[in-house]
Amino acid sequence: MTAEAAVAEAVARAHRGHWGAVLAATVRLTRDLDTAEECVQDAYAQALRSWPDHGIPDRPEAWLKTVAGNRARDLLRRESVWRRALPLLVEDEVALDPQDAAGPSALAHDMLRLVFTCCHPALSRDARVALTLRLVCGLSTTEVARAFLVSESTMAARITRAKKKIAAARIPYRVPDAADLPERLSAVCEVVHLVFTTGENAPVGTALIRDDLVACAVDLARTLHRLLPRAVEPAGLLALSLLVDARRAARVGDDGRLVLLADQDRSRWDQRIIAEGIELLTMALRGGPPTRYAVQAAIAAVHAEAPAFEATDWMEIVSLYDVLLRLWPSPVVELNRAVAVGMRDGAQAGLDALAPLAAEPALATYRYLAATRADFLRRLRRWPEAVTAYEEALLLSDNHAERGFLEARLAEARVHASAR
Amino acid sequence: MTKYMVLIYGDAKRWASMSPQEMGEIDAGHREFWERAGSAVLASGQLEPPTTATTLRRGDGDTPSVTDGPFLETKEVVGGFYLLEATDLDEVVKWVGLLAEVRHEHSGVEITPLVHRG
Repeated sequence: MTAEAAVAEAVARAHRGHWGAVLAATVRLTRDLDTAEECVQDAYAQALRSWPDHGIPDRPEAWLKTVAGNRARDLLRRESVWRRALPLLVEDEVALDPQDAAGPSALAHDMLRLVFTCCHPALSRDARVALTLRLVCGLSTTEVARAFLVSESTMAARITRAKKKIAAARIPYRVPDAADLPERLSAVCEVVHLVFTTGENAPVGTALIRDDLVACAVDLARTLHRLLPRAVEPAGLLALSLLVDARRAARVGDDGRLVLLADQDRSRWDQRIIAEGIELLTMALRGGPPTRYAVQAAIAAVHAEAPAFEATDWMEIVSLYDVLLRLWPSPVVELNRAVAVGMRDGAQAGLDALAPLAAEPALATYRYLAATRADFLRRLRRWPEAVTAYEEALLLSDNHAERGFLEARLAEARVHASAR
Repeated sequence: MTKYMVLIYGDAKRWASMSPQEMGEIDAGHREFWERAGSAVLASGQLEPPTTATTLRRGDGDTPSVTDGPFLETKEVVGGFYLLEATDLDEVVKWVGLLAEVRHEHSGVEITPLVHRG
């Protein structure tokens, strides 16, 4: 590898690993998100210029923080007159959790402040997701736009509007106090989970899984868990992300097509990640009443522990879905429960469990409902109905890998239907 | 410190015909609001119904036209306001959360920051 290539790789790694932390430390100085972002961008640009000559520093994060910080101090000195007139982000130094023996480090505090500000409930959910990906994960506006199927200018406007609201309405740059923390942490976890599921089930495009989004979500969940080790929600969320992500290599076939859980090569599941996920899950469940993430993680763990699809403990899966439905009543969870019922009691039972969902408006355009119905009908060998259901599922799916799978199944159903 | 305009919106008809219990809840909410946020309030007031409003718009030539009624003919109207000063949005959200209007189904409260002049 040439020196330039090694530097480019090191900078890319530092970008993915430390962007959020460097930005969080810089905002402390500038007290303004836009200025801080500029300084951090400058620091990464300078790394590209200076590391080939001076070598890659031992601690890139510290190097980047110093350079971004110097740049911020320069700017502040030069622009002190007009900058004083800008509304500044609110700063506080209240300890996060007085029960924590040592208290979180200043670094942890900076990072949490940034995350909680990006996920403030006074911002729309779309804005929270966009800001988190842009500011905490360091994705470019183009990348964020692509992930959420909007034009770059729309996404740029959304991010600008959100930043303007933070400044004008004075959304505090602060870790919420103990009374508000659980609710605010839930809002953060929701954003992280949304990023994860978007990455796991890319709605359009050729790849079924968007690795960059999944990596962001796992990093975020890991950071939250590291900074708030006693909170059960991030622990459950991280467990869930790891247990699902452990199957990644087996989920997409060599031809880029979706491989169903039933057909996955379980030797390609990452056992090290599964072990980590199960350990975290055990901890999350011991720490308090189960959260929806922990129950979802438990479901993923039951799959992870089954040596073969046929050996899955469907009894356990159905009862976990019952628990999940109580914690998080949603048509999508009911759909998944119906799939598990179909595995436990047969395709007809699954189809019966699915029937009440047909009238559910929230699922009218949900591609997995049609696909699940199609699968039950296929297993019942009700071919003409299966053909219709597969056609319906195909109408609703834009994902290349998923379409490939559905088209193959449709072709199979057509052959049988016409042979009758 | 930032100044915020807090506008209380609701259905004018529902306010005109509210039960003694609803009225009591609203009164209690504002009393508690004053206890907690009183020192931050710069101005406040309850508005007469929009039927008493007068609107000026561009008329012929230089003289604006004066018409009877509100600028926007909507079911939901501003029934009252607080102008207050706070350190951040969270503080205002906490105070506004004390008002009964945020729990009655026909009403709601909007918080908007004022343009900051240094």
